[in-house]
Amino acid sequence: MTSLPAPSAKKLGLVIDLDTCVGCQACATSCKEWNTSGYSAPLSDHDPYGADPHGAWLNRIHAYDVGEGATSRTVHFPRSCLHCETPACVTVCPTGASYKRAEDGIVLVNPDTCIGCKLCSWACPYGAREYDYADGVMKKCTLCVDRIYNETLDPQDRVPACVKACPTGARHFGDLGDESSAVSQLVKAREGYDLMPEMGYKPVNKYLPPRPRRDAATTPSTPSTAAPVKTDGSATEKLFAWADKLLSR
Amino acid sequence: MQNPVEKTAATAQTVASATHPVAAAAEPHIDLSVSPADEIKTTTCYMCACRCGIKVYLKNGKVRYIEGNRDHPVNKGVLCGKGSAGIMQHYAPSRLRNPLLRVGERGSGEFKEISWDEALGLATTWLGDVRKDDPKKLAFFTGRDQSQSLTGWWAMQYGTPNFAAHGGFCSVNMAAGGLYTFGGSFWEFGEPDWEHTKYFLLFGVAEDHGSNPIKTALGKLKGRGAKVVSINPVRTGYNAIADEWLGIKPGTDGLLVGALIHEMLRTENVDLEYLVRYTNAPWLVIRDPGSPDDGLFARDADGKPIVFDKRTNELAAGSRIDISPAVVGEFTLADGRKAVPVFRLIAERYLGNEYAPDAVAKETGVPGDTIRRIAAEIADVAFKQTVTLPLKWTDWAGREHDSITGRPVSMHAMRGISAHSNGFHTCRLIHILQILLGTIDVPGGFRYKAPFPRPAPPPNKPVGKPSQIAAGKPLPGMHLGFVAGPEDLLMEADGTPTRIDKAYSWDAPIAAHGLMHMVITNAALADPYPVDVLFLYMANMSWNSSMNIGATLNYLTAKHDDGTYKIPKIIYSDAYASEMVAYADLILPDTTYLERYDCISMLDRPISDADAPADAIRHPVVKPDRNVRGFQDVLIDLGSRLKLPGFTKEDGTARYPGGYPDYIVNHERSPGIGPLIGWRGEDGNSFGVGKPNPKQLERYIANGSFHVHHLEPGHRYMKHANKGYLEFAKASGFVGSTDPIIFQLYSEPLQKFRLAARGHGPIQPPAQHKQRIERFFDPLPFWYPPFEGTMIDDRAFPMHAITQRPMHMYHSWGSQNAWLRQITNANRLYMSRTRAALLGIEDDDWVWISSHIGRVKAQVKLMEGVNDDTVWTWNAIGKRSGTWGLDKDAPEATQGFLLNHLIAELLPPRDGGYRYSNSDPVTGQAAWYDLRVKIEKAPAGEAHETWPRFEPLKSPPGVSAPSTLSYGREFKGGKA
Repeated sequence: MTSLPAPSAKKLGLVIDLDTCVGCQACATSCKEWNTSGYSAPLSDHDPYGADPHGAWLNRIHAYDVGEGATSRTVHFPRSCLHCETPACVTVCPTGASYKRAEDGIVLVNPDTCIGCKLCSWACPYGAREYDYADGVMKKCTLCVDRIYNETLDPQDRVPACVKACPTGARHFGDLGDESSAVSQLVKAREGYDLMPEMGYKPVNKYLPPRPRRDAATTPSTPSTAAPVKTDGSATEKLFAWADKLLSR
Repeated sequence: MQNPVEKTAATAQTVASATHPVAAAAEPHIDLSVSPADEIKTTTCYMCACRCGIKVYLKNGKVRYIEGNRDHPVNKGVLCGKGSAGIMQHYAPSRLRNPLLRVGERGSGEFKEISWDEALGLATTWLGDVRKDDPKKLAFFTGRDQSQSLTGWWAMQYGTPNFAAHGGFCSVNMAAGGLYTFGGSFWEFGEPDWEHTKYFLLFGVAEDHGSNPIKTALGKLKGRGAKVVSINPVRTGYNAIADEWLGIKPGTDGLLVGALIHEMLRTENVDLEYLVRYTNAPWLVIRDPGSPDDGLFARDADGKPIVFDKRTNELAAGSRIDISPAVVGEFTLADGRKAVPVFRLIAERYLGNEYAPDAVAKETGVPGDTIRRIAAEIADVAFKQTVTLPLKWTDWAGREHDSITGRPVSMHAMRGISAHSNGFHTCRLIHILQILLGTIDVPGGFRYKAPFPRPAPPPNKPVGKPSQIAAGKPLPGMHLGFVAGPEDLLMEADGTPTRIDKAYSWDAPIAAHGLMHMVITNAALADPYPVDVLFLYMANMSWNSSMNIGATLNYLTAKHDDGTYKIPKIIYSDAYASEMVAYADLILPDTTYLERYDCISMLDRPISDADAPADAIRHPVVKPDRNVRGFQDVLIDLGSRLKLPGFTKEDGTARYPGGYPDYIVNHERSPGIGPLIGWRGEDGNSFGVGKPNPKQLERYIANGSFHVHHLEPGHRYMKHANKGYLEFAKASGFVGSTDPIIFQLYSEPLQKFRLAARGHGPIQPPAQHKQRIERFFDPLPFWYPPFEGTMIDDRAFPMHAITQRPMHMYHSWGSQNAWLRQITNANRLYMSRTRAALLGIEDDDWVWISSHIGRVKAQVKLMEGVNDDTVWTWNAIGKRSGTWGLDKDAPEATQGFLLNHLIAELLPPRDGGYRYSNSDPVTGQAAWYDLRVKIEKAPAGEAHETWPRFEPLKSPPGVSAPSTLSYGREFKGGKA
């Protein structure tokens, strides 16, 4: 068992907009690409060119049908560590390798003390931990801890790789412990929510729900256009009369 | 690295002792500022056709990381799932390492590695023999080539008429549809005004062209409440986040758009002033049935179109600005004949009952009420929510304006339109809707990107008439152009096509990109004639880029009675062990995109956006670790070995001894105009036109490997009629004249073909082509059902079958990528839950998909977001066993499948047995999505793997894959 530090004022995390995520996988591969050579290096791949390729990914994207028939929607759902305020993956760790940083709340694994027992992956209800079979240790989202404070990068690049890559701007990074931060404001404005709050782990990351559709199910035809006009020669004559005017160049 | 075995041994003991919480006080020290690179180089991505700017992080000579370049005009810092997996493409084990010479039977995969000297010597002999005898016996076709201005110019210097890239099976009907209508085009040649549009309609847009700009824009549009409507049978990707999704039946988009036009006309929501200023809506069309000029424009003594001036009640030159042109009515010409304005013809056609919303509802699957509501929403935005920008500009007539007002409705369209045999006319219908609304190149509308607009159609004609082809001589011009009538076709006197692909013949008169998909078939059948050398680049023609793969493989391996191949020699260049490699005789191994020079040229397909002409380069950011050469270097080398005029100096030595970079800098297509627009002139200070600058590439590299020229604010809109812009465009070499570009709602070139079919003029179609030309060369676009459904028993094949592009894969390339294939390595057949229930099919069942030519077995995935009459799958995931560096039992081969096996390359016979290609009849564009199928549950004993499966191919020498990959371990700070 590993204990948690006192709750930090700073709670770094991601806000993910399910309204604009198109499922392009940019966040997944940019994450893999940065992190396979970063703090978590490597993110190994087994049988990479064979019958059952599988490797360690810190961010995976799923697509779901939500609902049925005319009111159904397709939702793309990126899944990574939520950096919970009370993460079971940390408290379950027998060696202290899993820990929550006191300074900013990022949940990390220390690869030098991780024994690869996988208790954390059993404890995490979000499926956010990945076992690296070549390394024998657990890997997980680090919020790109080696980017966000990295003084060798341009200040505007000091964001997680997934946030930098995301083409639709569906991923936002910031301090969710600060109510005035841009991410906190976004969560407030768009009614961002926690994943499975009933589990009680208090995720820091938030998801923004898809905006309501604006289609036939929600937008009935306006009265002025609802009545179909029988098209016959009179429609053409009417148009001709309207168009028969002095038009200037 | 720590040994996982030791760790396992330690587990029990450690867990047992951990009965008390482990103190968290001592967080381990982490170095948070590890420098990720020794060096960061900028270049251009090639993981798809989007061509984003990238920064490549290099450490110890290896690629550590690739990210989007924030300063780049295309992607502005973001990067997609493909681009972000570039490392695995570069280091893929599928890469070829040496030139290869076939030593077994074609298709056996038996090769020996040879030297470049031997390879180039052999190629020079083969190509030289053909050139001095009959240059058209070389068919040179390049696939996903981003250097067509070089490859085409090489073929021109060689003298063969048989050159094209892959546009004929990609987008040509839409390119032609746009260029003949408004001198621009969808795809990456124009873009919605993302900043100002308020209503955006996507028609069948795929994710491999303009992909990051579209994604970025969708995020912004949704953020500011602009409405996004997607029209697509399948709700994936962009369609999933649209505010409204219309799950249309494939191939009926033209009917839906026709109904929207109908509604705009019915409700008088048409911008008449825009029409009389910028279009041929008022031009008079002669009505004199039976005469040789029936349906052509009435013209004055100077040959200029005329209109009827309502102020003077007289006929007047159509270009005058002091008139008030009539758009309706019927008028008498000087010779007593009758003529009517184009707009009247438009009104008569689209107000017809066949385009009424309720009439199209059944065919399209979109209810009449929905069509009327969408039309009303469009009209409201266009006419009541206009956008005015305070931009001073001068119109074509020299009149100055203080602002530009736009109707902020925009549209974008791609494969869902192009991959049908009615795509040319459907694309024209979309453009006509845009134009009637007044939304071309206005704030909030659809905007041109340089070098467009060009005249509609552009003035350059195709080259390759019999008189233009001579042994040992170049062609007098570039191959691909735009016909204005039958006189521009490339045919022998008896109507036989001069091109192997029958482009610019009666089969495909407006084949502006050629018909790459017909080359192998036609060459093997010697129809219209055999070739001696087939030379292909970056095109997987023995697999996912061909229809009817089994037949294609037979054509590639067919022999004469004497045992010689019907296609005697095949040269192929590719960087990877694709399916095509095994079917070539000589392989020229290409580099990856990180090892090469390239130019993304204004002469070809630049990276401009609507506010800024822009082009870019690639340059080697890493050195090849094997014996490969960039194909463009090889082509230039071959050009000088063959002594082609453009590649040889007067003294017989190579003109570009430095290869492709030498050519990029020093080649001049015409005086002062070369492959790159930036930093021209000896001092590097000229834009567009200027002498070669020996330091040009250095300037590009220093600037992030691109050049962008921001247009003056007053030049940014109304480019077709903007005096300042047109003068700039002429000075920059984009257009030949500053004349305004008049939108051709009514296309006179099409009517000229129709008149030929009616027996007029010196060049007329033979009897078997007449009816087809008459029907499909309608000068006003119309909707007709896709061919396949009308030529087979559509009750026997009731479902439509189409493909979609996964956003993380570009055609066949993604499967060799260790990361991308973990996301998708087998494709399913997707179908609607309700339709599957009717057919007794459950989720995960295996089914037979049958078409009129064959069948394929696949595993089903049921879903909600798909048109009930449609099945679909991801494009190009299925692979032939033994290719792309994958194990023989890779899911791509055992479960992955292609619909290509079901798609006939030739339509069923008609009219006396003649078989047309399965293409759009106007342009020859391959009709991939016309496919009709039936779906049946496979018997239990067959439910485990795909069919058909071909013999596994033998991997080329040097291709072998590791069983584990731990990329990046060597970069770990201090722990390597």
